[in-house]
Amino acid sequence: MSAPAEITRAFEDVDLGQLEMSLRSPRTLLSATLSTLAIGASVVACVPLLSVLSMLVYRGGQRLSWTALTGTPPAAFAAGGGFGNAIVGTLTMVGIAAILSVPTGVLAAAYLALFGPDTWTASAVRFAARVLTGLPSVLAGVFAYAAVVLTTGGFSAPAGGVALAVLMLPTVVLTAEDAIRMVPARMKEAAIGMGATDAQVLWRVVLPTAMPGILTGVMLAVARAAGETAPLLFTALFSNYWLVSGGRVDLMEPTASLAVLIYNFSAMPFPNQVELAWAAALVLVVLVLGFNIAGQMLSRNRHRR
Amino acid sequence: MATSTLSIHAASDPIARPPTRAERVTNRTVRFVTRLFAWSIIALVTDIVLEIAWTARPAVSRFGLGLLVHTTWDTNRDLFGLLPAIWGTLYSSLLGLAIGTVFGLAIAIVLSQDFLPRPIETLLKSLIELLAAIPSVVYGLWGIFAVIPAIRPFAAWCTEHLGWIPIFGTPLRGPGLLPASIVLAVMVLPTVSALSRDALVAVPTKLKEAAYGLGATRWETILGVLVPTAITGIAGSVMLGFGRALGETMALAMLVGNANTLSVSLFSPATTLAAVLALDFPEAKGAEAQVLMYAALVLLAITLAVNIAGTAIVTRASRGLRGAR
Repeated sequence: MSAPAEITRAFEDVDLGQLEMSLRSPRTLLSATLSTLAIGASVVACVPLLSVLSMLVYRGGQRLSWTALTGTPPAAFAAGGGFGNAIVGTLTMVGIAAILSVPTGVLAAAYLALFGPDTWTASAVRFAARVLTGLPSVLAGVFAYAAVVLTTGGFSAPAGGVALAVLMLPTVVLTAEDAIRMVPARMKEAAIGMGATDAQVLWRVVLPTAMPGILTGVMLAVARAAGETAPLLFTALFSNYWLVSGGRVDLMEPTASLAVLIYNFSAMPFPNQVELAWAAALVLVVLVLGFNIAGQMLSRNRHRR
Repeated sequence: MATSTLSIHAASDPIARPPTRAERVTNRTVRFVTRLFAWSIIALVTDIVLEIAWTARPAVSRFGLGLLVHTTWDTNRDLFGLLPAIWGTLYSSLLGLAIGTVFGLAIAIVLSQDFLPRPIETLLKSLIELLAAIPSVVYGLWGIFAVIPAIRPFAAWCTEHLGWIPIFGTPLRGPGLLPASIVLAVMVLPTVSALSRDALVAVPTKLKEAAYGLGATRWETILGVLVPTAITGIAGSVMLGFGRALGETMALAMLVGNANTLSVSLFSPATTLAAVLALDFPEAKGAEAQVLMYAALVLLAITLAVNIAGTAIVTRASRGLRGAR
């Protein structure tokens, strides 16, 4: 019982005034200064974002109109015009990329998460997917150029789609693997206990349960692909015309995309084109953020469940 | 009793039954197909590397390693050199990375150490995520119309008063290394801040509490305990940010000026490997096309090395901390 008394006595030597936190003490002052600097740096880091968004809304919003959304790109000195064909082109190529990369990615993820999670193959595939994540997008374009443009003999929407698919694939695989892993083991075991084969477990239990997570990954991948420019520069090139001409869809022609339009028009000395570039940038950002938000809402629903 | 109920169920319930022959065949097919698709990813990566290496082969055997140290680029005389592009790539990425790391780390610390009230913290986090979602071509457009005009007065002042320092040696005529690096910094910031924050959050709380208990101030704890513990993860995040900066194409093609020069000046136009590819590849013929494939190969080698190192460091960091907990 003497311990508390001893402790109390030990505290008698402490000068309580010294324990006060005061900015006059160098240590506290340093800490407060660094806190201010860190918070200040965080605020400064938000400036570019606010600047980008406000310029998009201000400069892009001015020019945004029905004509801009449905027209075709104007000639050098011409007024008016729009980028309707570029919107269609972007959506077409992202669609092609999704058709190529989503089934591949999800089935590969099923192997990684379900059938052979600890195999040598699975580690190698994960490594390959991570390598692909870091692949510069321009190299995906170089690859698609060599693999598709040179073999089919021309710039086309599918060539752009292949380049975008290469960039979407790692996101789809890695997020789908995580989503499939999060399916509770008891659900799989219950299905196996009833005599289901692995294929049935995958098709009837795992994929439906993991679907929101998989879709989140797909949405994020689509958002990334929609904004990519470099891989399209020498796979889809650009075009001033609609994909549909004279009632038939011609996919094997150079195809317009929002991103390439922004790039081409940004360097032009004509104010009309620069204005259109800003309007197209606004549409592109709305498109990309739309896919991002859709993806995040899907994953939020999953967590609530 | 229990067994009899079970057997009745099994008899009356057609759902629980052994798989039929057809189902077993399907099963084997599905398993095979998933494995095939898993392998297809490895095949794709190998194909990308081989395809680029194979097309670059003529240039590699013709120009050898000399291409990496030559500076002229004259398509008419078939004279090529990649040194300015390599220099520009490293210069812009390292400068962008340095700026991005300072801000990214500050944000990671602010977001992981309860500096701000929860709602503001969530807001800041979503803003940084938004920063990562904006396409690089939009950053390029923003760089042309916002960053370059904004830094023009600063650049003019520096050239006039500090022109004797080599890095301020040339005037800013529009596009150049500094605007490109600023935009790169904005683009690598989300990578650095998100991964560094993960590394800082993963530091066991007991270490932090112990430091506070010893009387350390908040920043003594952060700089003396938290950052050193999480340093591997932070280094990995910086590595991956570097990888992103090296491979970034559009923002640089639009902002760096695309001049085949070798300069230490911040305001000088320059070029990078990715920008050379984006700009010259569509029209390249003959020897130039081969040289561009050589450039693609160099870019591939550099980014692969940096990214693999970064991933390895991040993985090792998360594994290392698991033991400390």
